[in-house]
Amino acid sequence: MNTARKIRVLVAKPGLDGHDRGAKVVARALRDAGMEVVYTGLHQTPEQVVEAAIQEDVDMVGLSILSGAHLTIFPRICELLKENGAEDIMVMGGGIIPDDDMQELLANGHAQALFTPGTVTADIINWIHEAMKDRLS
Amino acid sequence: MYDKVIEGVLNKDRRMVARAISLIENNDNGRTKILSEIYPHTGNAYVIGITGAPGAGKSSLVDCLLSTLRQQGLSVGVIAVDPTSPFTGGAILGDRIRMQEHALDKEVFIRSMGTRGSLGGLSRATKEAVQVLDAAGKDVIIIETVGVGQSEVDIIKYADTTIVVLTPAGGDSVQTIKAGIMEIADIFIVNKSDLPGADRTASEISMMLDLGGSLREWRPSIVRTITLDGSGITDMHKAIFEHRDFLENSGHLQKVRKERIRRDIIDLIEYRIKSTVWEQISGSEEFDLLTNQIMSRETDPYTAAAQILTGINLDKCKV
Repeated sequence: MNTARKIRVLVAKPGLDGHDRGAKVVARALRDAGMEVVYTGLHQTPEQVVEAAIQEDVDMVGLSILSGAHLTIFPRICELLKENGAEDIMVMGGGIIPDDDMQELLANGHAQALFTPGTVTADIINWIHEAMKDRLS
Repeated sequence: MYDKVIEGVLNKDRRMVARAISLIENNDNGRTKILSEIYPHTGNAYVIGITGAPGAGKSSLVDCLLSTLRQQGLSVGVIAVDPTSPFTGGAILGDRIRMQEHALDKEVFIRSMGTRGSLGGLSRATKEAVQVLDAAGKDVIIIETVGVGQSEVDIIKYADTTIVVLTPAGGDSVQTIKAGIMEIADIFIVNKSDLPGADRTASEISMMLDLGGSLREWRPSIVRTITLDGSGITDMHKAIFEHRDFLENSGHLQKVRKERIRRDIIDLIEYRIKSTVWEQISGSEEFDLLTNQIMSRETDPYTAAAQILTGINLDKCKV
């Protein structure tokens, strides 16, 4: 009877850059795709992001990073999720991330998907639906 | 699985508290089990409701209030409601932005909820989420409604103290004597009091209260605040506890809570009967037939309703 199950996503801007246009565009697109999007605003520490993800019981965390700190922040967030027994929460991200770094993050499992500038929002939505298939059925 | 969730809630495990709220909100099969098993552990939290127009400063006031309540050593739960799209079912839940300073405080638990079709300023599961936080040992629970207009007053059904947030220059004095939201406040906050017109807004509320006379025993307090620099926040905090003392000493708190339980029972009965009836008539031939007969004016909806009811078996909703 699980009729009201909705996909919940936390969109967060960890670190020091103040460019939240991309995060807002993605948040809006996910809203329009029928998801509940928790947006926590700028300058979040990894600890704040993980705590919010737990309290909000989200399925997925979306990180927007344009500062170049992705190789630090993604692993740190995964580590904190694990420490809190919340490694089932998926991590995706976007921003300015060089190809080599992208491969590294994906290979190490520090992100399940990464979307760089030029991505069509429909691709992100499709990826989320695909990733959530097992949980929703 | 549900036993683990229930045990987790009672042990204040944040993940399980969050999970319990989701299961209830999603109308999961374990909903009733969870709610009825945590119920004996509820009834200890004091519930504060904050309502007001979009952008009036509700979330910022909650943030300020979190600081003063924490200074007092109280553990606090927050339920912040934002609107769900009537078109897509999606929502942007952005109230946390103002409260992230408290995100790492283990004695603070903040949960955002979409209205999911509910129109009274709260979501359908807000009441149940309050019960979960109550059972998880929160001393105070703050409910922040969606940004409201004039008549979304559901908050008074669940809050012990209701705060209405206004801002300066919100219309002329006739606005203050209109029915609806202006009637539900135990405390009025005039936020953004650094803006021109704050004095006038405060005095218009005061005049409105004078007109009301002796209808209520409690005369709502009026507090001016500026969340940017924290002005008036201690006064707001004080006003809340004065109201709580009034409720406790006058016996009103018991009365209000008893009334709330009666309404909860009636709501539950209504819900059960409604779903039982719906199960039995949806897709039934009799229902179709009667609908057609009403269309052609052979019978009327009132007679048809009575006829359908005689055939309904209500035994099913009693278990």
